[in-house]
Amino acid sequence: MTDDKDVLRDVWFGRIPTCFTLYQDEITEREAEPYYLLLPRVSYLTLVTDKVKKHFQKVMRQEDISEMWFEYEGTPLKWHYPIGLLFDLLASSSALPWNIIVHFKSFPEKDLLHCPSKDAIEAHFMSCIKEADALKHKSQVINEMQKKDHKQLWMGLQNDRFDQFWAINRKLMEYPAEENGFRYIPFRIYQTTTERPFIQKLFRPVAVDGQLQTLGDLLREVCPSAVAPEDGEKKNQVMIHGIEPMLETPLQWLSEHLSYPDNFLHISVIPQPTD
Amino acid sequence: MHVSAGVSVVWAVTKDRKVWFRRGVNSHNPGGTSWIEMVGEMTMVNVGLNDQVWGIGAEERAVYFRQGVTPSELSGKTWKAIVAGRESDRSHTGSSSSLLSAGCFFGDEVKGNSESAPSDTDTTSEAERSGPEHSAPQEPLDSSRDHKDNSALGPETEGTAECILENTCPDVEGKEAAQASVTSEHPNLASAPAELPWTNIDLKEPRKVPSHSAAGFAETVGLSSLGLFPLGLDEPFGADDHPLWAWVSGGGCAVEAGSALKWFTVQSGLSPSVQTLSLSISPAQTAAWRKQIFQQLTERTKRELENFRHYEQAVEQSVWVKTGTLQWWCDWKPHKWVDVRVALEQFTGHDGARDSILFVYYIVHEEKKYFHVFLNEVTVLVPVLNEAKHSFALYTAERTRQRWPVRLAAATEQDMNDWLALLSLSCCESRKIHGRPSPQAIWSVTCKGDIFVSEPSSDLEAQDHLLPCDQMFWRQMGGHLRMVEANSRGVVWGIGYDHTAWVYTGGYGGGCFQGLASSTSNIYTQSDVKSICIYENQRWNPVTGYTSRGLPTDRYMWSDATGLQECTKASTKPPSLQWTWVSDWYVDFSVPGGTDQEGWQYASDFPASYHGYKTMKDFVRRRCWARKCKLVTNGPWLEVAPIALGDVSIIPESPESTDGDGRSHNIALWAVSDKGDVLCRLGVSELNPVGSSWLHIGTDQPFASVSIGACYQVWAVARDGSAFYRGSVSPSQPAGDCWYHIPSPPKQRLVQVSVGQTSVYALDENGNLWYRAGVTPSYPQGSSWEHVSNNVRKVSVGPLDQVWVIANKVQGTHGLSRGTVCRRTGVQPREPKGQGWDYGIGGGWDHISIRANATRASRNVSQEQKVPGPVSC
Repeated sequence: MTDDKDVLRDVWFGRIPTCFTLYQDEITEREAEPYYLLLPRVSYLTLVTDKVKKHFQKVMRQEDISEMWFEYEGTPLKWHYPIGLLFDLLASSSALPWNIIVHFKSFPEKDLLHCPSKDAIEAHFMSCIKEADALKHKSQVINEMQKKDHKQLWMGLQNDRFDQFWAINRKLMEYPAEENGFRYIPFRIYQTTTERPFIQKLFRPVAVDGQLQTLGDLLREVCPSAVAPEDGEKKNQVMIHGIEPMLETPLQWLSEHLSYPDNFLHISVIPQPTD
Repeated sequence: MHVSAGVSVVWAVTKDRKVWFRRGVNSHNPGGTSWIEMVGEMTMVNVGLNDQVWGIGAEERAVYFRQGVTPSELSGKTWKAIVAGRESDRSHTGSSSSLLSAGCFFGDEVKGNSESAPSDTDTTSEAERSGPEHSAPQEPLDSSRDHKDNSALGPETEGTAECILENTCPDVEGKEAAQASVTSEHPNLASAPAELPWTNIDLKEPRKVPSHSAAGFAETVGLSSLGLFPLGLDEPFGADDHPLWAWVSGGGCAVEAGSALKWFTVQSGLSPSVQTLSLSISPAQTAAWRKQIFQQLTERTKRELENFRHYEQAVEQSVWVKTGTLQWWCDWKPHKWVDVRVALEQFTGHDGARDSILFVYYIVHEEKKYFHVFLNEVTVLVPVLNEAKHSFALYTAERTRQRWPVRLAAATEQDMNDWLALLSLSCCESRKIHGRPSPQAIWSVTCKGDIFVSEPSSDLEAQDHLLPCDQMFWRQMGGHLRMVEANSRGVVWGIGYDHTAWVYTGGYGGGCFQGLASSTSNIYTQSDVKSICIYENQRWNPVTGYTSRGLPTDRYMWSDATGLQECTKASTKPPSLQWTWVSDWYVDFSVPGGTDQEGWQYASDFPASYHGYKTMKDFVRRRCWARKCKLVTNGPWLEVAPIALGDVSIIPESPESTDGDGRSHNIALWAVSDKGDVLCRLGVSELNPVGSSWLHIGTDQPFASVSIGACYQVWAVARDGSAFYRGSVSPSQPAGDCWYHIPSPPKQRLVQVSVGQTSVYALDENGNLWYRAGVTPSYPQGSSWEHVSNNVRKVSVGPLDQVWVIANKVQGTHGLSRGTVCRRTGVQPREPKGQGWDYGIGGGWDHISIRANATRASRNVSQEQKVPGPVSC
């Protein structure tokens, strides 16, 4: 018998085997070997690639090095999206390991944010958590926390410490006993087929009639194109953390168990693989 | 046959009484997606407000409510029978935790009666005064002669009627029950059995009045003195007034999802059938979407990690430190509590697994010092019985050998629980132990009532290079029990100090383990009650009569049972801070030996054997004062109402026997009620570990202990100290046919029996362990008792015929421990008695069940098969 707590653990310890290759046009002093890493799905690219940077810098001249960025099959990878989301959205149908190209030149200014330091990631991460709590609890929980609790959330993510993170995050996942869930569910729906970066709307976990809303209810309301019509062929995969939860899954449960550390449900809608 | 629809659900009953749940019904898709078969059989179901579900059980025709129906889990969790009536105040027969009597160490000599020196001519020992029953042949340890003695006794045909306590299906069991009669269990063993009508079946037998004959009853297993409190004895217990329900409608009853209902508490005046309904503990997580998420996550981990484990982790391991202030029982003399700083440093490995070191900083002679413990070397963290401090002990294998754990105490209960939970989690993580224990797990209970479980490694029962049992890792489960019994199919039952029976729900955590260390579901509130006894002692004075002024050499005038400790009403506290008093002090009239009108027991001098009347030779007297205390906790346990139990045994099964069809048959479970009735539980299975109903097995005297072996050999011990073998027990005849009386070893009264694959072991009240020799398939009663060891407090024989005990006393290099888990070494098919003892965790352990562990090193299986044991299944 599996317990709901195991889901948290499985989500946290999700890893994507990745092969980093230096972009062919980068100038090197000797040949750059590919670099292999297990990336935590719940973390951010620029937070976990110090080793990659060090590896490739060894074969490059100092003057050729500027800010490192990543690309997969021509798409620059946004460091401020969680790694698992990037993979699900762009690469889930391709074979493992995930082949990421590493660049040190020609930073794509219009596609990517700069990431000057880890502080930028922390600021982004904390602002996501605060936004999520604003949706869930009118910011009451996050505002009641002390500075050190905020720090513990961040340190937990940075150091990949499940317990450290969840000791605090637990409080963000609570809701008043008299209600059946959060005020609104913090979610973002991503599609590769549209220009729009993501869909984010206000959506309550409990319907007016007291019925718990499901993943299917959410999609039908905010992203109807993602759901197949009653008898239609399934055209899209709805993916969170590399799995496709059933549309009957209650949204509140998903929010509590399958949210990323930033407290958002990052949902990828991707075309059903043809094979 | 029947269908009922709610807002988002449709429930249906088919002709074969199976219950079906329609999944995926909602306003968008009113037809739903598929049928799911639910556990349980019903004649009808009805969906009420909030999609709550009601039903009528197919077999016992009781009203059921579907518990755990919530908007996110419309199928609910389990059927619960609704019980009407007043709140029951079951007899809280308590016990005194005073069995820490000094025994001697393991040895080959037979240990005699504890109150007098062991000697062959000792005719004053209680064992010989306990009535005619005891004049059964005192066999010498000579097997040929013994054989004759036993066969001469033959099967006892009286008192063997068994009745199904379930009277709800008049067409089948009712007739049987109506015709059946049982032999009364008169307290006077010598009296002729009287026939009583079925309705007075002796589950609530007439209480033994404190009288002379009470001396004949042995102290029962372990710490408890059974049935000593005259409470709840006259509860009506009619078997025939349970209504057979035909229809239920829940449409007028609004039940909020998740609200606590009080309909399921079993009440005193109920008929047995309602009390023994089959409440299946279905896996709580039954919703399909949830299962699918679990399954997909597992597949994802496999897909994304399996071939890539050699990749480097992106995030390097790091150190996290938790610090705090505790007290430490210092290692040097004089031992005392000293303030220490502690720091737990955790290192995360690449696979997310962790290792931790606990540092303890102390100051001695103004010099700062520290010691440290690697948590992956810790074998157990155990709360310590302490009436004043929140303390716990930390053992490693080495400290187990020394009998000197690290003892730490926290300022508050919360503080201790935080540390215990954190340290325990760290230990489990460094050993990669997580979630529910395996079905093969070894369970044990400490004298504090805390429950521990250990995962057996395959070399635990190996023939050679076996794992020393001081290296076993024990982790705590929530809850509070006096004993726990398990079998290898995951069925685990426990009994509380108040004799309440509990069944394990498959959860983990509870108690002090909250948050991540605990499962989300299957944790329930659990309470326990026990009595604390102190003694008022007086000496005869020719002038003033009995006074509370003793001789200068006398024991304290208010003392414990041994007289060594002063215990006054005011100074005596509940055993630990977890307990609170729930009654005032009262005189206990039901102590062994009997009392006079005021509860006094007389003797010529302290310490001696006491009797309940004054004679010219009596110069001292004592009386027992008792006070009840109660503990409330939680854990993965559900009450099995209503019958209070004294002992329970579940059939041990070896992996071979569970192949193929083996899994389909029910699991045999026998028990002895706190009144001494022998019971057999029907309908126990992996999916329904609580079973369905009790079958009463007639006896002509109260029993104390029962054990069922792997081949359905049922052995039991009566309160008079003799043993019984139950003939013809089989899956098709779960109750067997009759009892065969087996005399106890000479001058000894047995208190416990345990049967493994073929081996039968029994324990007497003086701590002697006996092996039953001469057991063969054609003569399962065996021929004689062979002495194995003394110094034993509890025995558990497993499905590999392995023998584990709780030893009374074990000496380590630094200290002595009472109540230590020990394994018999050198046990082999040709040498079932083994050779020596291997010492494990202790002291303070009270109970062990190794009956679930059928795990053995694989090469030994083949050896085993070449040399079949004396009984072949």
